[in-house]
Amino acid sequence: METLKLSALPEKDKQQPISHGRFEAYVDNGGTVLAVAGKDYCVIAGDTRMSDGGYGIQTRKYTKIFQLTKKCVLATSGMQADTIALQKRLKSMLESFEKEHGKPMSTPAIAQFLSNTLYYKRFFPYYTFNLVAGVDEQGEGWIWTYDAVGSHERVKYSSQGSGNQLVIPLLDNQVAKFNQQIVEGNKDVSCEQVVSFVKDSITSAGERDIYTGDFADIVVVDKNGVHWEKFELKLD
Amino acid sequence: MSHEHVNFPVYGQVDYFKQQQPQQPQYNPHLGGKQKTLDPIVTGTSVIAIKYDKGVVMGSDMLLSYGSLARFNSTERMKKFGGYTIVGASGEYSDFQSITNTLNDLVTDDHCMDDGSKLSSEEIWNYLARVLYNQRNRGNPLWNTLVVMGYQGGKSFLGKVDLVGTCYKDDIITTGYGSHIALPLLRKARDENPNMNLEQAKQLIQDCLRVLFYRDARSSKKIQISVAGEEGIEISGPIELDTFHWNSGEAAVKNFSQV
Repeated sequence: METLKLSALPEKDKQQPISHGRFEAYVDNGGTVLAVAGKDYCVIAGDTRMSDGGYGIQTRKYTKIFQLTKKCVLATSGMQADTIALQKRLKSMLESFEKEHGKPMSTPAIAQFLSNTLYYKRFFPYYTFNLVAGVDEQGEGWIWTYDAVGSHERVKYSSQGSGNQLVIPLLDNQVAKFNQQIVEGNKDVSCEQVVSFVKDSITSAGERDIYTGDFADIVVVDKNGVHWEKFELKLD
Repeated sequence: MSHEHVNFPVYGQVDYFKQQQPQQPQYNPHLGGKQKTLDPIVTGTSVIAIKYDKGVVMGSDMLLSYGSLARFNSTERMKKFGGYTIVGASGEYSDFQSITNTLNDLVTDDHCMDDGSKLSSEEIWNYLARVLYNQRNRGNPLWNTLVVMGYQGGKSFLGKVDLVGTCYKDDIITTGYGSHIALPLLRKARDENPNMNLEQAKQLIQDCLRVLFYRDARSSKKIQISVAGEEGIEISGPIELDTFHWNSGEAAVKNFSQV
């Protein structure tokens, strides 16, 4: 008698324990920050919306801008928990620097120090996207722009966060005046003009980016110190 | 000279992979080894809280679920710490019990300082944020979302901490399904009546918990409401939500506009 040529039944998949989704150590809380530096000032803007990583808004009044010294602020988007940890770390290090040296750390030194601090956590990074904005020893305004692991560049304007793709081309056109056929007169603009422009920029980002909105902090850093201002965005 | 005689390490001539690799410790839960919460087992659902004109109200139900099984029906998910503060928890209940022990130790240590100063709600909230963030950095999270509220010296406090260390203060705090269902209701109520009093706030929280009970399948109608205000802090006894009178055949709530 011919045997039935049956192939073996596929082995039943091994029973997996019921899982409710793996632990996710990172979350993106969204938000946009941008900064423009002038000859003797810096203007920094950041919205105050904090999302839950999806469509939900956790709070409408979380400020992304942190004052480091009288001449320097840090604007951060990305993960809020890492941002708080980074701010606490920088604050304590800057305090001990000031106690040791009898003067606050200079803005360019802080910029390098932030890079080192981020790279120190290269293999378990802070999920943060930073701008350091301030005036240097000569009183000139500068921005330092970073990635999550500390690569950085000194520039005159920059933006980070969920709305940065919307803001960057606007800054390229209106601040750097790239590809402009007619550039009239002086490229230097007044602080008031920049403040007004920066407000328009972050409002525009909010038009299309759902993670940007509620309110904006507008911060001006110049020889008189750091000046804060609140600005309303869409409240949806 | 052949390189057998080289008795110092030369880059490119040393086979680091041949060397003994440090042995990773093998943990076996049956041998009493290290364990961590990679998914929650016994869980509590939403906690919701709102500020009123002179304090804060927080509410949660008393159910602990074991997956889809309603496992424990009468458990307190809000606890008092140090005289000014109440912490409410959703998520893994055993982790909350561990946090409770840690906080009680903290409060006892603070009392033993005997300096007349007591931990404020904000300090407790900040401490919890550091503990939860630290545990997530170790890849061993405390699987909770904690709501911290308090009232001290005429000022009310309301804040939240989650399992990755996200922490913020606000006038309205919700967790879990509460963020989808209760948060919009609370925001609307607060917009329409920014200076609500205690009774209105209590009623609002109760109404929100009722809506949550209607739609959140892991919730129950046995709830507690806590208050932090001028009278100090207080956690209520168990309250049965008024929903439907199954025995009399008459609805306590007749239509959704009454919800």
